[in-house]
Amino acid sequence: MLRIEARGLTKEFKSYKSRSGLMGAFRDLFSRNYMNIKAVDAIDLAINEGEMVGYIGENGAGKSTTIKMLTGILKPSSGFLRVNGMDPHRERENFVKTIGVVFGQRSQLWWDIAVQESFTLLKKVYRVSDAHYKRHMEHVIDVLDIEDLLARPVRKLSLGQRMRCELAAALIHNPPLLFLDEPTIGLDVLVKLKIRDFLKEMNKEYGTTVLLTTHDLSDIEALCSRVIMLDEGKVIYDGELNKLKEQMGSKKAVFVDFPYPVSLEKLESVTFGLPVSWSQIHPMQYRGVFRSEDLSVSHLLEAIIPSFEVTDLSIETMSTEEVVRKIYEEGFAHV
Amino acid sequence: MFSMYVEMIRIRFLMMLAYRVNYYSGIAVYSINIGAYYFLWNAIYGDKVTMGGLTALQMVTYVSISWMARAFYFNNIDQEMAQEVKEGKVAIELIRPYHYLATKIMQAMGEGIFRFLFFSLPGMIIITFIFPIQYPSGFSIWGWYGISLLFSFFINTQINLITGLLTFFFYNNEGIMRAKRVLVDLFSGLILPISLYPEWAQAILNYLPFQAISYLPGMIFTGGIQGEQIFLSLGQQFLWILLLWIPIGMLWWQAKKNLVIQGG
Repeated sequence: MLRIEARGLTKEFKSYKSRSGLMGAFRDLFSRNYMNIKAVDAIDLAINEGEMVGYIGENGAGKSTTIKMLTGILKPSSGFLRVNGMDPHRERENFVKTIGVVFGQRSQLWWDIAVQESFTLLKKVYRVSDAHYKRHMEHVIDVLDIEDLLARPVRKLSLGQRMRCELAAALIHNPPLLFLDEPTIGLDVLVKLKIRDFLKEMNKEYGTTVLLTTHDLSDIEALCSRVIMLDEGKVIYDGELNKLKEQMGSKKAVFVDFPYPVSLEKLESVTFGLPVSWSQIHPMQYRGVFRSEDLSVSHLLEAIIPSFEVTDLSIETMSTEEVVRKIYEEGFAHV
Repeated sequence: MFSMYVEMIRIRFLMMLAYRVNYYSGIAVYSINIGAYYFLWNAIYGDKVTMGGLTALQMVTYVSISWMARAFYFNNIDQEMAQEVKEGKVAIELIRPYHYLATKIMQAMGEGIFRFLFFSLPGMIIITFIFPIQYPSGFSIWGWYGISLLFSFFINTQINLITGLLTFFFYNNEGIMRAKRVLVDLFSGLILPISLYPEWAQAILNYLPFQAISYLPGMIFTGGIQGEQIFLSLGQQFLWILLLWIPIGMLWWQAKKNLVIQGG
């Protein structure tokens, strides 16, 4: 079953340009230069039940706007959208009972009262039965380790403590679909790990579908097998994370360290005939880029070792971070 | 459904209790206001027996009861809505399975009940010892007054919803909300009973919803409105409640369509 299905989903905002200077501000009072900005431009999405999908993109790429359309907050300007089989904006009140949302930058707990009170209210709001609440939430509270925080007012919690409570609050009604908009922003490593483990467990135990936006790509690496990449409101990649890395970082490279200075010509003559191109980092260290997949590291070493002593050899792998940076900087088209 | 709204009222209770100083200072402010008006009206009356159809005693009663009623119907939900729109918190409200405006009314109700129980009632008791206030005799007047007060809560809250909803379009309408506050205080007859306004002003105010907020319940309480006139007043209030839903519905419909979440 498709949890999220979108075709040609578009959101346009009307915006205006302020004229400069005092005269400009005065003229703005009477007439404004309006223009339309497409925050999300005709994207197609199809997300299956039980998937954990990472939704990535630069700031302003349109991630948050998409999430807000998918959660029924914003009305799409055009396009087809079905989430959990419903039109999110039109059937909002019914629809939101089937989703959970965490906005990393906004709290959904009531600021002045104890966490427990917020939970009680949410339990009533989502009409969760006592038995169900007890069974489900005891587990959630236990895994997130927030038992001790429940009696404290939200304003006295640290960010990491609050975020764990936010996550629990979003799951009170045990929704089949969970949206996470930057859930780990500003959190330390331990809390991040805890949250990741928790999400994995929810996914395994209840088959919760998760759509996650984040700038921390290690979150995506740890959780998502699939990524959707957005740039200027358009989807530029949708598929497996591994494939994306392969595509972008297909050229393998090695660093070779020598105990004494070696000249470039000498090294090239030794590896003559092998599909490798050398560049000098400094006289005692060279970087070799493999021009072909067929070349193996052992082959290369066989060629070098008879002529030179090698102190160290490291294989360069591209992190997701670098892959993404490269896509933003160089674009995706000419990969 | 019902238990959810009861829970909302309860939460608002808890939130009001969370800030105790706010609560104590609120009582002080209301008492000072009533005291000031007491002396002011006594000075204005001098040795006149009646003004605008009210005796000095009735006037003092009218003013004190109006302020106490204000504690119940007054709320800041428009300010809250404005803040939610400005900070983009409205997004959180919209991911919850309830009607945004209904929730706002319930929160206002929670605040109103809190203040009624913890401001108005103790305040009235304190004031009875200090100033001579004339209480209505007979349960029926108390009953009609109660209904009238509930109606004035709705009308005032509806006006707040309208000014609050305007924030969805203007993003910053501090000015409108402030103007509304002054208008309501003035035209509702809180500061000055409507019967003291010049004829032409009374004629205009008759066609505005403001006097249904404070003047009508106040007059029922003091006995300025009696007999069948009471039903006429209640009918007038009820009509305003119905009428005010129209602009609210239209504004909300437009607001949802054009919603922009500020700050990402």
